[in-house]
Amino acid sequence: MGKQAYITLKLFATLGKFTPDSSDNYPVESGTSVRNLIAGLKIPEEKAKLIFIDGVKGELDSIINGGERIGIFPPVGGG
Amino acid sequence: MILDIELQYKIIALSNKKELPDKTPCNSISINNIADISRKAGISCREVEIASLESEIIPERYIRNMKSFSATDQAILLKSMITIVGLGGLGGVVTEILARMGIGRLNLIDGDIFEESNLNRQYLCVENLIATPKAEAAAKRVKEINSSVDVQKYSEYLDKENASGIIEDSDVVIDCLDSLSGRFILEKASKKEGCRLVSAAVAGNYGHVTTIFPEDPGLRLIYGEAENAPNKGAETSLGALSHCVSLVASLEASEAIKILLNKGSLLRNKLLLVDLDGNSFETMQLI
Repeated sequence: MGKQAYITLKLFATLGKFTPDSSDNYPVESGTSVRNLIAGLKIPEEKAKLIFIDGVKGELDSIINGGERIGIFPPVGGG
Repeated sequence: MILDIELQYKIIALSNKKELPDKTPCNSISINNIADISRKAGISCREVEIASLESEIIPERYIRNMKSFSATDQAILLKSMITIVGLGGLGGVVTEILARMGIGRLNLIDGDIFEESNLNRQYLCVENLIATPKAEAAAKRVKEINSSVDVQKYSEYLDKENASGIIEDSDVVIDCLDSLSGRFILEKASKKEGCRLVSAAVAGNYGHVTTIFPEDPGLRLIYGEAENAPNKGAETSLGALSHCVSLVASLEASEAIKILLNKGSLLRNKLLLVDLDGNSFETMQLI
């Protein structure tokens, strides 16, 4: 089991409603994946289309160590 | 057809002294004099404007583009062709901006007609144009703003069959569509035709913009593979707001102009995320 770590979490657009109160200092287990993070937040996986970790595109399987700034964007297609 | 040297003399004869925004004196020529030379010389107003700029005589309509742009830059814009695909929220604003900036050839595509629900954000849509084809309205608006712009309009939807033929020879293609499937069709055609593509999408107070050159991975970095991508996104629940649409459309126009002039930094393999709820603008690395 990894030790407790903290991330900054930003959920955009329709995902905003899943934002936890502690989004600026959100506790995660070090070594967990983005997939586990969004499952814990009850975000449907297909809605987490764009994942950014410290400003770089990540994946559902990307590992979180703590200290990261994570942004998640749903698909957006309006014009 | 008159000789180039004769054309230059005519332009010089009809030019007058003006000032650039920083008070630098310059020679300028008016819309009426450009039209007069165009009629007499048997060439288009766009060609007169290009010849004028090549003699450092600035058409008065572009005076406020100087010195951010040089006369050479403005001539490059006038020689360029941009295709705008989708003439709704994003496309209406992009069309307006590019006509004013003096992009010389605009290729306008949309098979839709205006509806009342477009009035909240689509600049080309006014009450007496409800049920009018968007491409018709866009072409008319461009000519009202800048009669020197050559306009080609297509009142049809872009699809796999017509895409390449419509966008070929474009210096830049701008994606102002409202479906993900349409965006992938446009990207495929742009890559095939070797066209540089600017793509944006909006939902509520959110939007994003990117620039895709033919050799770049492109939309799959944003939406995943085409065959697995949904056709619509968060806009189905958040709608589209005029202020956000206009802002994101302006960013598309800015990218297109930077591509044409080879100036500034581009959003290649990057995504500029706009969040007007949180007042954040962040450029993310896609690779």
